[in-house]
Amino acid sequence: MLAPDSVGRTFAGADSITISQSEIDAFAAVIGEANTDIAPPTFTIRISLDQFQNILTKPEIGLDWSRLVHGDQKFEIFSPVKAGDSLSCSATIESYRVAAGNEIVSVRSDLHRGAELVISSWSTLVVRA
Amino acid sequence: MISVGTSLPEKIIYLDRAMLKAYADASGDQNPIHQNEEFATSVGLPNVIAHGMLTMALVGKYVTDWSGGTEGIKEFGARFIKPVIVPAGEKVDLTINGTVAEVTGDQIKIDLVATSAGIKVLGMAKAVVIKK
Repeated sequence: MLAPDSVGRTFAGADSITISQSEIDAFAAVIGEANTDIAPPTFTIRISLDQFQNILTKPEIGLDWSRLVHGDQKFEIFSPVKAGDSLSCSATIESYRVAAGNEIVSVRSDLHRGAELVISSWSTLVVRA
Repeated sequence: MISVGTSLPEKIIYLDRAMLKAYADASGDQNPIHQNEEFATSVGLPNVIAHGMLTMALVGKYVTDWSGGTEGIKEFGARFIKPVIVPAGEKVDLTINGTVAEVTGDQIKIDLVATSAGIKVLGMAKAVVIKK
């Protein structure tokens, strides 16, 4: 059960995650992308899901990550991510509801390079009953 | 000439357990439902399933191949409606099609369809690209 007062709040995550070329290379290799000068469009999910897990499972927020499935995902990409980028992260809990015992949380991740918003992404996470 | 209704060429990609392991390592998502059959069936799944985000990453590659490069993709979203089931020792298809849904200036919105074994695995899958 998610703490009701956490809905609508924005939580600061890591303030500096540096992207390495080897991380981009490994991700690109799986999907057969030869250009590794910029990261594939869904690459930053590895950062966002990790940040969501860190934030949403804090005892004062209380999401049960062990029964979680990914319902949907959306990205808005303002500037491609490159190796050497240092990104700061925040997560906003946009909505929360319970349907047939399943908890459904919509959460937004914003990744910034300095003051520049690089990628916003939205994930619907479902904690199965 | 690209206009509403233009079809993108179909692409079929084959997934196997080795690809799931590689994606788990590359993405950091080591959930055992994507690697361990015993665990997957114990939580009610028919078998090991692919990461939804792996499916999405592969569809993303389909889109950026068409648009002429990763830098052309501006928006990308999908709903995970059915799993891609990946039995041991098998290669399963991910069949991807796209249709131009909207053209606004240089931005092209594409409706995407992804199936595996004939079953639709993504819902409301869409991307917005600027084509090179």
